[in-house]
Amino acid sequence: MRAPLSWIRDFTPVEAPVDEIVAALNQLGLEVEAVEEPGRDVAGVVAARVLGVEPHPNADKLTVVDVDYGSGSTRVVCGARNVAAGDIVPYAPAGARLPELGVLERRTIRGVESDGMLLAPDELGLGDDHEGIVHLDRTTEAGADVRRLLALDDVIFDLSITPNRPDAMCIVGVARELAAHFGLPLHVPEAHAPTDPAVKSDITVGVEAPDRCPRYVARVADVRMGPSPAWLAQLLVKAGMRPISNVVDVTNYVLLERNQPLHAFDLDRLGGRGILVRLAKRGERITTLDGFERELETEDLLICDANGGPQAIAGIMGGGTSEVSDDTKTILLEAAYFARMGIARTSKRLRLRSESSARFERGIDPNGVAEHAERAMELFAEVGGARVAPAVVDEYPRPIEPARIRVRTSKVNRVLGTSLTDREILDALGPLGIEVSGAGDDIIAVAPTFRPDLEREIDVVEEVARRIGFASIGRTVARPEEQVGGLTKSQRERRLVADALVGAGLAEAVTIPLVAATELERTGAPVDRVVEAANPLRAEESVLRTRILPGLLRAVAYNRAHGVTDVALFEMGRVFLAPTSKEAVLPEERLHLAAVLTGDVRRRPVEPDRPIDAYDAVDIVNEVFAALEIADAKTQPATRPGFDPARAAAVVVDGRDVGVLGDVPPAALAALDLAPPVVGLEVDLDGLLGARRRDRTFRAPPPYPPSSIDLAFVVDEDVPAGAVAATLRDASGGLLEDVRLFDVFRSEALGPGRKSLAFTLRLRARDRTLTDDEVGEIRQRCVDAVAREHGGELRG
Amino acid sequence: MNLEEAQRLLDEAREEAGHAAETATGPDDLADLERGYVGRRSPVAVVTEAIKTLPIDDRRAAGKAVSDYKAAIAETIERRLAAIAASAHEGLPAGERLDLSTGSHGRTRGHLHLVTQVQRELEDIFAGLGYRVAEGPEVEDDWHNFEALNIPPAHPARSMQDTLYVRLGAEEQVMLRTHTSPVQIRTMETNEPPIYVVAPGRTYRNETLDARHSPVFHQIECLAVDHDITLADLFGTIEVFVKRLFDDESVRTRFRSDYFPYTEPSAELAVSCVFCHGEGCRVCSDTGWIELGGCGMVDPNVFEAVGYDPEEWQGFAFGFGLERIAMIRYGIDEIRRFFDNDVRFLAQY
Repeated sequence: MRAPLSWIRDFTPVEAPVDEIVAALNQLGLEVEAVEEPGRDVAGVVAARVLGVEPHPNADKLTVVDVDYGSGSTRVVCGARNVAAGDIVPYAPAGARLPELGVLERRTIRGVESDGMLLAPDELGLGDDHEGIVHLDRTTEAGADVRRLLALDDVIFDLSITPNRPDAMCIVGVARELAAHFGLPLHVPEAHAPTDPAVKSDITVGVEAPDRCPRYVARVADVRMGPSPAWLAQLLVKAGMRPISNVVDVTNYVLLERNQPLHAFDLDRLGGRGILVRLAKRGERITTLDGFERELETEDLLICDANGGPQAIAGIMGGGTSEVSDDTKTILLEAAYFARMGIARTSKRLRLRSESSARFERGIDPNGVAEHAERAMELFAEVGGARVAPAVVDEYPRPIEPARIRVRTSKVNRVLGTSLTDREILDALGPLGIEVSGAGDDIIAVAPTFRPDLEREIDVVEEVARRIGFASIGRTVARPEEQVGGLTKSQRERRLVADALVGAGLAEAVTIPLVAATELERTGAPVDRVVEAANPLRAEESVLRTRILPGLLRAVAYNRAHGVTDVALFEMGRVFLAPTSKEAVLPEERLHLAAVLTGDVRRRPVEPDRPIDAYDAVDIVNEVFAALEIADAKTQPATRPGFDPARAAAVVVDGRDVGVLGDVPPAALAALDLAPPVVGLEVDLDGLLGARRRDRTFRAPPPYPPSSIDLAFVVDEDVPAGAVAATLRDASGGLLEDVRLFDVFRSEALGPGRKSLAFTLRLRARDRTLTDDEVGEIRQRCVDAVAREHGGELRG
Repeated sequence: MNLEEAQRLLDEAREEAGHAAETATGPDDLADLERGYVGRRSPVAVVTEAIKTLPIDDRRAAGKAVSDYKAAIAETIERRLAAIAASAHEGLPAGERLDLSTGSHGRTRGHLHLVTQVQRELEDIFAGLGYRVAEGPEVEDDWHNFEALNIPPAHPARSMQDTLYVRLGAEEQVMLRTHTSPVQIRTMETNEPPIYVVAPGRTYRNETLDARHSPVFHQIECLAVDHDITLADLFGTIEVFVKRLFDDESVRTRFRSDYFPYTEPSAELAVSCVFCHGEGCRVCSDTGWIELGGCGMVDPNVFEAVGYDPEEWQGFAFGFGLERIAMIRYGIDEIRRFFDNDVRFLAQY
């Protein structure tokens, strides 16, 4: 909210320098977002009477306006539409100075010379309203100084008020905080409107839903519609509102000053001369003042005329035929207190927010309603020549009592870490309007009803902290007495994995876990348990990922599009699968590790560069196996959706399938404008972290020499070399130290569909030197086993 | 042969070997030299053979002469070998030497994402203060993300956050977590106090990626619950943490009253600008201060939601964005940099 200092001073004589006031407001939690001092940079702007408006000869959206500025007349080009003959507007001649635009010069706009300009609020340094030219009181003399007319020599604090502090959304509330802070008196004069018994107030008010509308005050006055006087219009402009008419302006004035939303109805147009507050019927419609037709639900509260015709969505926005107009003679003023939740729900569902709804949903003062209506009546009489009916309708069947809160000095000190006395606590609270009595652990704080945030002891503790200031709180460090801090094993191992991948040359990516369903399908990710977003902004981000790879492929495309051709990325993150059991509501989240590689391995000038291939993915997964010391891990040729069937493998740990790697096929790449080779890897990291680890019991390195033998087998093409190696390992009975595939060979002599696999086996016993006989025996066992299990023949 | 003759023979051979070594150009030449001067037909072999014929009294001296000779030859060879090695490259024809100034077998180190680096740093600082690292699901239910945190339905605080809901359970009951605070609730639901944890992780908003918004970002949350945790503990802990984070003892902290439904009292946390030290610069928008996040004392309603007695236990919580810390520290201009995954960005860190 925007709070002009001159208005604040109506209630407390704060004279502190501006920077001290700003510091105070910030400390109190009324965050100052901006400080405007419009008068500082405005000079030479005068009031001018509009003599006539003509279209601009060369531009549809511009007009040429003749103005009388007191000591002469001239013409200016104007872009706003709200200017008509007879209006009094702020005019900045050439040579005038403005906050943003600086010193104005005469200029020619589309062939018409403009002698200065007419001003919108923002050009005068008042907020950011650029919608139209400011209108000054019509009785203003042309030539008068606008700086004085608008009282621009003021300071405006633009405050950001947290949702728990509705009381601070008005000038009196801000003044109360400052008065407390600076130790100044706060004086809010009691309103008193002179009444006229001649004005009839034969109105009826019926409240069908008192739980939703606990209080409804209605007042009647005969009014003379017209513009507001300058002082009122000025304050509204400075507070960021546009003056409309004296009646509407007064309702806005009281809203800003006292935090009381008001609504003025044209009583003569209210059917049955009365008000009925009722819940809407399902499907009932109302066109609100912003021009939109709204369909209502039975939880929405309506303000209707006595015949039941909807006139407003309670507390949010008007929308009936009884809005005030220039012809209005008599008004019915509504001042109400609506239940917070109801307003919040309706406002949220209709996506309709207003100055009123923002205040009602946070909570206004139910016990200030009548007084604030009186304030409005006083102002109607003062600025609108209104004659106020004496009768006051006040439907308030169950008055809301202020909260009585027990506060313990010991608790205050225990929470804040202070050693405040009873007196210090009482002194802190009193100036906020909180009535305090008692002592020690029996202080009673009666919270004013304009502070709905004060309900519990802790709420009062916070008020004490705010008042004494956080700077006066001590500084200590809490440490656990018994707990040893640090990471869990799983957390440490995840760091290990990431570090291993970084060592292997990959950069860590973080992709957005929201993708398109088609993307999952295209890349072979599971789609049977997809979790859909309920309110996505874009189709591309409408489901939760079931694999990380689609996001990494997008990242590859981004890099390729930016001329980066060698890309090696990994990501560790969650994937999401819809729950399978009836009881579970949350999806299953699994931690995955994915990597993607594309481009070349750069080895020049030592050796030729070579394109990335699926073996690079094998290397990467082996790095991870090594980092985690997985005991039983292998990659096994396999066909998996989303991978080239000829160039893919399953990642198998402890005999369980935990992932897949291989070439991403061209079909999946084409959609992203990518070309092969792109190699992918996706592993269920939770599964991997749960795998059996290598035995770390110490074994002395054997001092005996090794024996090496070479064996070449001819096997069918579909026998994986890894499987043969495993057989060799088993057959050598623990004496095999290392087995290495050193050659793969195909020839006509071997025949079609056959290949030769040549292995070197290094054998060593822990306790002796192996004899030639023993080595020969192992060799034979290996030959037999490969023949038995893979149909392999020893190649001579 | 008498002792004198033997001695002379050895001395002459030794001198000759010295000259011969000078002309040796490699290990092979020196191996030949060794064979010639200490081998089977060398002068020393002759002398050794002759020792038996010497008078008993001279044999000892002759033996010493032989071993001195052998040591001298060995030393001559070693010295020459070292000299050859030292001067080897001088003699190398151009092109035979590896130019190791550039080129490699293609192995380069990768990079941890900047957010991960910041996260690890924070985890380690808190581990040093005795905290553990807690985790929780990224898809949450209404209870953990809102209700238990004292944010009932239609609470104004809900409209402060653009929540992305998913189609599970009843309408608007399951969502991508909007903050890491639900981990507080889960930690307290499954553990008895005292509690000292930090919870880093991904959080979500229903926003489209651009310069200042991202549908995903990271937060870290700190929670301490013990018998007598105070607001002073909160402020003091933040102060020591911030000094470590920026590795600067002169960093000052500022707390201003703020509002969060799950803490009371609540404060906004700012640190003195680490670039201009409070003078005012572009990074701090000339204010001298940089806002880091929010903090406060755990609201009693939150304790009640998890079944802790608010009379027995008190606690504090604070949290902030990891991207924000990285942006401040390295002057990064837009949040989208973290999620574009541009290799040129990732490789900078």
